[in-house]
Amino acid sequence: MNRRQSIRALAACAAAVAVVLGCATAPGDAEVSAKAAAVLQSSFKEQGQAKLDRLVQDDTQKTCSEYSGKVIPKDVAERIEKANLASIKWPADGKLLGDWKNGERIAQEGRGMQYSDDPKGPVGANCYACHRLSPQEVSYGTIGPPLYQFGKLRGYSDEMRKYAYGKIYNAEAYNACTNMPRFGHSGILSVQQISDVVALLMDPDSPVNK
Amino acid sequence: MMRVRRGVAPVAAFVLALVSAFGAPAVPAQGNAVDEIAKYRAALQDGNPAELWEARGADLWKQKRGPKTASLEQCDLGLGPGVVKGAYARLPRYFADADRVMDLETRIVWCMVTLQGFSEADAKKGPFGGPDRKADMEAYVAYVTSESRGVKMNVALDHPKEREAYRLGEKMFYFRGGTHDFACATCHGEDGKRIRLQDLPNLTQTAGAQKAYTTWPAYRVSQGELRSFQWRLNDCFRQQRFPELVFASDASIALTMFLARNANGAAFDAPAIKR
Amino acid sequence: MADPMKIRANVVGDSTEVKVLMSHEMETGQRKDAQGKTIPAWFIQNVTVAHNGKPVLNAQWGPAIAKNPFLSFKFKGGAKGDKIEITWVDSRGEKRTDEAVIA
Repeated sequence: MNRRQSIRALAACAAAVAVVLGCATAPGDAEVSAKAAAVLQSSFKEQGQAKLDRLVQDDTQKTCSEYSGKVIPKDVAERIEKANLASIKWPADGKLLGDWKNGERIAQEGRGMQYSDDPKGPVGANCYACHRLSPQEVSYGTIGPPLYQFGKLRGYSDEMRKYAYGKIYNAEAYNACTNMPRFGHSGILSVQQISDVVALLMDPDSPVNK
Repeated sequence: MMRVRRGVAPVAAFVLALVSAFGAPAVPAQGNAVDEIAKYRAALQDGNPAELWEARGADLWKQKRGPKTASLEQCDLGLGPGVVKGAYARLPRYFADADRVMDLETRIVWCMVTLQGFSEADAKKGPFGGPDRKADMEAYVAYVTSESRGVKMNVALDHPKEREAYRLGEKMFYFRGGTHDFACATCHGEDGKRIRLQDLPNLTQTAGAQKAYTTWPAYRVSQGELRSFQWRLNDCFRQQRFPELVFASDASIALTMFLARNANGAAFDAPAIKR
Repeated sequence: MADPMKIRANVVGDSTEVKVLMSHEMETGQRKDAQGKTIPAWFIQNVTVAHNGKPVLNAQWGPAIAKNPFLSFKFKGGAKGDKIEITWVDSRGEKRTDEAVIA
């Protein structure tokens, strides 16, 4: 049993102990989830642009919370991916490749959607928080895989551009319960901004592919 | 990504200078940058400004304040009225007089209300200091936590409400929400990850939880303030694009319970100093 | 009135090591507030340390010194029980003096 599982086992143990001691029967898992959601709702207050509806989970968030740290059953994963794929909006003119220079700006920009951010201010994707991209940027995170030479390694095909676009728009469509935000689906980036980030990844002239 | 605070710019400049000294970065620059930051941190240990908050907190604790003109010296932090030494290492815990689980800050509010006669609203006002305002709460936290330095974390799950708080905290830790679908686990659920160049402790694992929990509160150089665990939770949720976590709310207590209990066995080592 | 300084003074061989933590904003005068207005400079400009009334250190500081500055130095001489007195004066003309005894 690995360490993470040992902490969850401890929690299960604690619940079991409660039952054995004959105290109030330990509530089931679903009950605890529901109570946790309710306590969260009452423990936050709206601030700036962040309203309390942000704490209302959609089906993807709810399901992925339940399966955190566990293997997601195949049928559940497929259901999530299918539903999220359906939500993807593609550029009206079919042009998936935007301006990589703007893509780099969006990748660097960490602001946007926080209650401390100006709602009229810049909104970025903060890609560098989790990914390696342009070789010049050494301050990158490792929560996600490196994207350095993304296009160079995978080939500059239309299929790959489509995948990059779709992944940024709604990452859940390709990998159920991924850590990656759904930039298009959640209204973080516009269609134009997403094609700019696609260009950062897929334009042969982009520093990412040098 | 972060608002550039005063303390960060010189470190960033230092890191950039270091990187340019090493030439074109193929891969190794991160290792060197992270090592140098560790050296910088070690050099900061002496003369931790947190001591100024500890001194102010110790003073304020003994001052007669509020409508009842009383001090907090008789506050029961779980080891009996007036016992401050070692109390933090046992928090959060169930308190019979309040019939609920409380973390340190909630309990200080309780004592400010019951002993000093403040209204709960007043006691909870302005818990985090800023440019023109010192927060008494942060001074109290610095003082009380300093009295548990070196003490092994020993949070119990004896009472049903303590066990419930732990289970709720765990659920909240994995709760994905907000515009970015972030949960605490998104950043703190795996080993060896970092956001930009900031290493992330794996809070689902004993070692990670111990290292993280025993080093808060801390003087945050970039903030120029002593920041408590309530502040840390509040600021995480801001960056998760959630609305604002209410100070000393039930969720904050449940999450603190989950994380503090996971840190059991490690020696408490705060107030510390962080970037 | 600023918070008191935290002073530690210890005999080390034939010298005394003094460590002092001062509470001060040390505002550089370069920062701007949320509205874009420059936050006025306000920092310690002079630090003097006296041992049994005799000056052992005189420092002129500028805006490069960090907020809540920490100063550590040694001077020759000093014995357990001797008095150390530290004074700072800032750009507003405010000053603060604190004392400690060499341990």
